[in-house]
Amino acid sequence: MMLSDITIGQYFPGSSILHRLDPRTKVVLLFFYLVLIFLCKSAISYAIVTVLTVTLMVLSKVPMRMMLRSLKPLWWIILFTFVIHVFSTPGEELAKILFLSVTWEGIVEGFYICLRLVLLILLSSLLTFTTSPLKLTDAMEALLAPGKRIGIPAHELAMMMTIALRFVPTLIQETDRIMKAQQSRGADFTDGSIMKRLRAFVPVLVPLFLSAFRRADDLAMAMEARCYRGGEGRTQMKALRVTSIDYVAWGFSAVLIAAVLALR
Amino acid sequence: MAWIELEHLSHCYHAGTEQEHRALDEVNLAIEAGAFVAILGANGSGKSTLAKHLNALLLPTSGACRIGGLDTAAAADTAELWKIRQQVGMVFQNPDNQLIAAVVEDDVAFGPENLGMAPDEIRESVHQALEAVNMTRFRTFAPHLLSGGQKQRVAIAGALAMKTRCLVLDEPTAMLDPQGRAEVMATVQRLHEEQGITIVLITHFMEEAALADRVIVMADGHVTMDGTPREVFCEAAKLKKLGLDVPLATELGCELRASGLALPKDILTDEELVAALTSAAREEGA
Amino acid sequence: MSIVLEHVAYTYMPGTPFEQQALKDVSATIEQGSLTAIAGHTGSGKSTLLQQFNGLLQPTAGRVLVDGIDINPKAKKERAAARAVRLKVGMVFQYAEQQLFEETIEKDIAFGPKNLGLSDEETAARVKEAMRLVHLDYETYAKRSPFALSGGQMRRVAIAGVLALQPEYLVLDEPVAGLDPRGREELIATIRHLHEKEHVTIVLVSHNMDDIARLADHVLIMSHGQLVCDAAPREAFKQRDMLKEAGLKVPHTMALMQQLRAKGLAVRTDCLTIAEAKKEILRVMKGRGGRNDAQ
Repeated sequence: MMLSDITIGQYFPGSSILHRLDPRTKVVLLFFYLVLIFLCKSAISYAIVTVLTVTLMVLSKVPMRMMLRSLKPLWWIILFTFVIHVFSTPGEELAKILFLSVTWEGIVEGFYICLRLVLLILLSSLLTFTTSPLKLTDAMEALLAPGKRIGIPAHELAMMMTIALRFVPTLIQETDRIMKAQQSRGADFTDGSIMKRLRAFVPVLVPLFLSAFRRADDLAMAMEARCYRGGEGRTQMKALRVTSIDYVAWGFSAVLIAAVLALR
Repeated sequence: MAWIELEHLSHCYHAGTEQEHRALDEVNLAIEAGAFVAILGANGSGKSTLAKHLNALLLPTSGACRIGGLDTAAAADTAELWKIRQQVGMVFQNPDNQLIAAVVEDDVAFGPENLGMAPDEIRESVHQALEAVNMTRFRTFAPHLLSGGQKQRVAIAGALAMKTRCLVLDEPTAMLDPQGRAEVMATVQRLHEEQGITIVLITHFMEEAALADRVIVMADGHVTMDGTPREVFCEAAKLKKLGLDVPLATELGCELRASGLALPKDILTDEELVAALTSAAREEGA
Repeated sequence: MSIVLEHVAYTYMPGTPFEQQALKDVSATIEQGSLTAIAGHTGSGKSTLLQQFNGLLQPTAGRVLVDGIDINPKAKKERAAARAVRLKVGMVFQYAEQQLFEETIEKDIAFGPKNLGLSDEETAARVKEAMRLVHLDYETYAKRSPFALSGGQMRRVAIAGVLALQPEYLVLDEPVAGLDPRGREELIATIRHLHEKEHVTIVLVSHNMDDIARLADHVLIMSHGQLVCDAAPREAFKQRDMLKEAGLKVPHTMALMQQLRAKGLAVRTDCLTIAEAKKEILRVMKGRGGRNDAQ
């Protein structure tokens, strides 16, 4: 029970405009936006993409606090990037600390780079906040489908994702149980050197693998019994559908991209 | 012609090697459409192997297995195979290892999607299937949040959504608690009675087998007993020898008769034992 | 000597939206030499309770004492004693065969003793003894792979793996779940033997009231995280309202006797086994018959 309530990813269920967008639209537009951010040079272009990001964040109706939390693990990298730029960019010297000089250009440059990073992270997490892992999987399958001709197994990849999403919680429960069982036989996972601790995990990993193989065997049989024969001739109950919101999103994005390119 | 026909069906695992093991040996069996058959047998008696032949997950080493007139061996590499599997739905023992998708309704849709049904049609049959097993309320749940009994009902719905005519259940309640067991058995009985679905139920629980119209007992790859529950369970001594249980009322009835009480031989349920004992008491009292 | 639970409470994921109180103020004593059954509906807290017995879960309030020693001490210097005493409680999980991992049965059973740092001779002796206790012949099985056995045998190897720690208390979670009738009866006989002949104190969780009725001498019934009954089986199964509330049935034999009584046969209804039921029915039927003959 303890570990089982943890879901994968950070999907925040809701019904905002962003939630309702076709996941394919979201993935492709995210890609365009990320490229766009890297093309920004002028203050005005940065302002446009910043306003865009903040607007999308508001539209998503995901609590701001949750979104900002996604920056937390990368906080040090952002700060480090800023410091490097402040000291390493040549220009008008503002102050000198030891042999390093702080330049105005450095501060501006550092600020822009950090802004870029923050926007990148926020936009990407917007996708995962507003799209369930299942829909992301569907989008991945659909977008990779043309790649079949050059040998990309789109359906198989998507099926693997689906099964992984289904079984991760089950395997977490199982790991918990096996660890407890071996602990009850005197196994110790907390003491000793790294090597010793790694070795302590053998009695957990072997049963876990065995059980995973058994599950795989059972699952393969169950899939076969239910007429599974690969992606050929398969239909989907929840076929992805492009709606008017998607057209609006595409149109709006086209204007925006043109504007940024013109003003960069 | 019966709907399921097994003729001299034998199956060898690892044929031609040292580990060769004959799991089924010359089995002859006919099951009519709409029947409710329970298969009993100790572990290793061949009952799971038999079940897997019914939808061509395994093919006979020799002999034949025909489902609705289709020979499974002949159908194996043709489109007929899907016709067999669509008509014979399987439910396995471990509720955790047969649900494929991370959301209940997506899982139920898995079979129909494989059959290439149109999206609207799939939605309709998923809806009906979930209604039939009483799981509509949970359609957006992740499987790992369901109880064992609920998971098994979803597995049944997965078969129903393919418009299956027959359900083969391989110890579906072995890993469930009493409540889950009751839920699953109530569902199976309802599907049999209301929709006329043919049921082949493999089980270790005598109370469950007693619900069937016909009980088949397997031992060492053979069918050793075949009859109504009453006919089969009356042979308590033989069942015990095969490592099987006997319903409590039958066992107690036998023991009481051995101690000199005048009770009928074919007691199956608690109600029958109570009735027999009260009438015996009345006679003695009179 | 006993396991004592004092006002034990346990909350899963406290302080999160998933917070769930699984145990509420549970106090109970498991006497040495008893065979205690814990019954309860799925989700009643019985598995959580079980994991308190050897410190796999630490109570959020209250104490667990094994032979008088708190197994979750606050002070650091008491921890070694606590760890030692925890090992007096052997824990066999549900589907215990899934914890097997070694190439041979012998090695798998030796895992526990090796973790205790015992010598090779001592370990070998304990493996032999543990195999004897679960009725697995050492000569035949020691060098075999545990994965080539039947389900019932694999479970016995897993139980031997716990017995090799020589626990004074053996806790089993649904020991017969998923076994066929033969495997079930063999394992029940083994448990009975461990209790009666080897004097191991046994705690078992089961939702099969018939098994509890014929095995246990003490029953704890859990419902919604609370202990709602702590009595001898005969007393516990008399409380029909409590059982219904807890979502449990009376043992099959008792239900049958109750039906007989309702039909006017003056039988006692608290028969826990088939043998008892038979004796009671014969007493009433023959007794009455005898009286009639005399008239």
